[in-house]
Amino acid sequence: MKSKLNASNAVVAVVCAALVLLPIYSAATGNIFILTLLTRIIIFALAASSLNLIMGYGGMMSFGHAAYLGIGGYAVGILAAEDIGSGFIQWPVALAVSALFALVIGSLSLRTRGVYFIMITLAFAQMAYYVASALSRYGGDDGLTIYKRSTFDGLINLSDRTQFYYLCLGCLFGGIYLIWRIVNSRFGLVVQGVRSNEQRMQAIGFPAYRYRLTCFVIAGTICGLAGALLANNTDFVSPAVMYWTRSGDLMVMVILGGMGSLFGPLIGAIVYLVLEELLSQFTEYWALIMGPLLLLIVLFARGGIMGLLGRVRRG
Amino acid sequence: MADPLLRVDNLVRRFGGILATDNLSLEVPRGELHAIIGPNGAGKTTLISQLTGQLMPNSGTVHFAGRDITRLPSYRRSALGLARSFQITSLLKDFTAIDNVALAAQAHDGHSFRFWGDARKERHLRDAARAALERVGLAARADVLVSELSHGEQRELELAVALATKPQLLLLDEPMAGLGVTESARMVTLLKELRKEFTIVLVEHDMEAVFALADRITVLVYGRVIACDAPDAIRRHEEVKRAYLGEQHAVTRHGGQIG
Repeated sequence: MKSKLNASNAVVAVVCAALVLLPIYSAATGNIFILTLLTRIIIFALAASSLNLIMGYGGMMSFGHAAYLGIGGYAVGILAAEDIGSGFIQWPVALAVSALFALVIGSLSLRTRGVYFIMITLAFAQMAYYVASALSRYGGDDGLTIYKRSTFDGLINLSDRTQFYYLCLGCLFGGIYLIWRIVNSRFGLVVQGVRSNEQRMQAIGFPAYRYRLTCFVIAGTICGLAGALLANNTDFVSPAVMYWTRSGDLMVMVILGGMGSLFGPLIGAIVYLVLEELLSQFTEYWALIMGPLLLLIVLFARGGIMGLLGRVRRG
Repeated sequence: MADPLLRVDNLVRRFGGILATDNLSLEVPRGELHAIIGPNGAGKTTLISQLTGQLMPNSGTVHFAGRDITRLPSYRRSALGLARSFQITSLLKDFTAIDNVALAAQAHDGHSFRFWGDARKERHLRDAARAALERVGLAARADVLVSELSHGEQRELELAVALATKPQLLLLDEPMAGLGVTESARMVTLLKELRKEFTIVLVEHDMEAVFALADRITVLVYGRVIACDAPDAIRRHEEVKRAYLGEQHAVTRHGGQIG
């Protein structure tokens, strides 16, 4: 990535620095609320970043991405309910189940294109939603309370607000770094090539489907990690995290921040969730303001906020 | 010629009630530049698409380098050394010229399930891409986005992409389409160079170019081969003249110039 001094890079640098320093501010001022809010934002930014990998770079408009939030969350919640509290078991299971789910959805949905793809991913996510609602042993509709956060043999204490915050931030930065490497790798170029012109990629010798499916699974797995974090953050997991509006939220964050830009989803998540927080204090009809705002972005700033701030460099 | 590089036997492709490819047979020996001409709607692009695997025939077979490739998907055919350029320019528009070509080289350099290293820093891929760009005279435009290249440059880039797949056979679908006079002349010069190295199947409307380049010409009408011979013989072929009617003039006139 060529480092260019422009508005978007400057904003990203400032935001990242602020995120790193936030716990110090929070401790100094005793403002716990902001730390809680930002923890949630960071988790959603990780989920949105993973969606950006398939949507922005891969051209796969998945409308069921929140399913992985739920799957990762339920993996943690169910294991906790069965007295398996170790994160060394819970988290790998969360990732593995998410990957498996992505493999199944992907292998079916990626045979279709356009609206059909959107609809199939949506249908699978809704299916996951109803399955979770039917899990009466694990709370069903009401959701599942997690009485004890994942333990990591004293390595890190997730019940400590600051430690948990830094864990989430580490996962986010790690996730973005991973996506950056992927996007510029051989694999990433193939996936982006297929987004641009699938027929051409087949003609020069790439079996496009395999690459798209692999990308789909990677994105699902990263989002599963976000799900495990989210469940620990709220000490609770319910079918609602998988509902289709949640998938919509993730899409909005990606589009708002800038599709196909590395830090776009982070910026999008911050703007979306902070606005939601602020506006909902004034009015319960906050969506009335959010809606037109999104419309303006889509109409006049195709590259989202990052596009507005500077020329977006893909990859 | 015991073993032609490309052999097509009794190929049939229907679209509803229309026979787009009508029991078509064709042989292209190694080293030949074989042109395919025919009026609009003769099924030339349909034929090319069946050769590259974008379209499957209803019946008949395609052999390439002694192998039956009739049912192989296009990426497998590309791996065997069959490269195509598209009639309507079909490039990765939001990629640079060199990225387009380097990806073609990458496709033929092992698998691409490599997630970590920066592909744009892989020396041999970049070098191969640069060589192919140089070949078609685009080296100076390597880092320009495809969407910012001129139409003529995009046609040349199509060729560079095909070359970077290290093909045995080049299937060129109207490389001259939409080119101006000077650009066409450059393309002909380029094709004259390439034919020394590659076996080429050329679909082209530009009769002047076809008669200047081809070793043999196949004439398609309504999906059927009505003639397949050396340019001189084609020029004198009665059925070809009749089939072309309006274009007959062009055939004979250019024939006069060349002959």
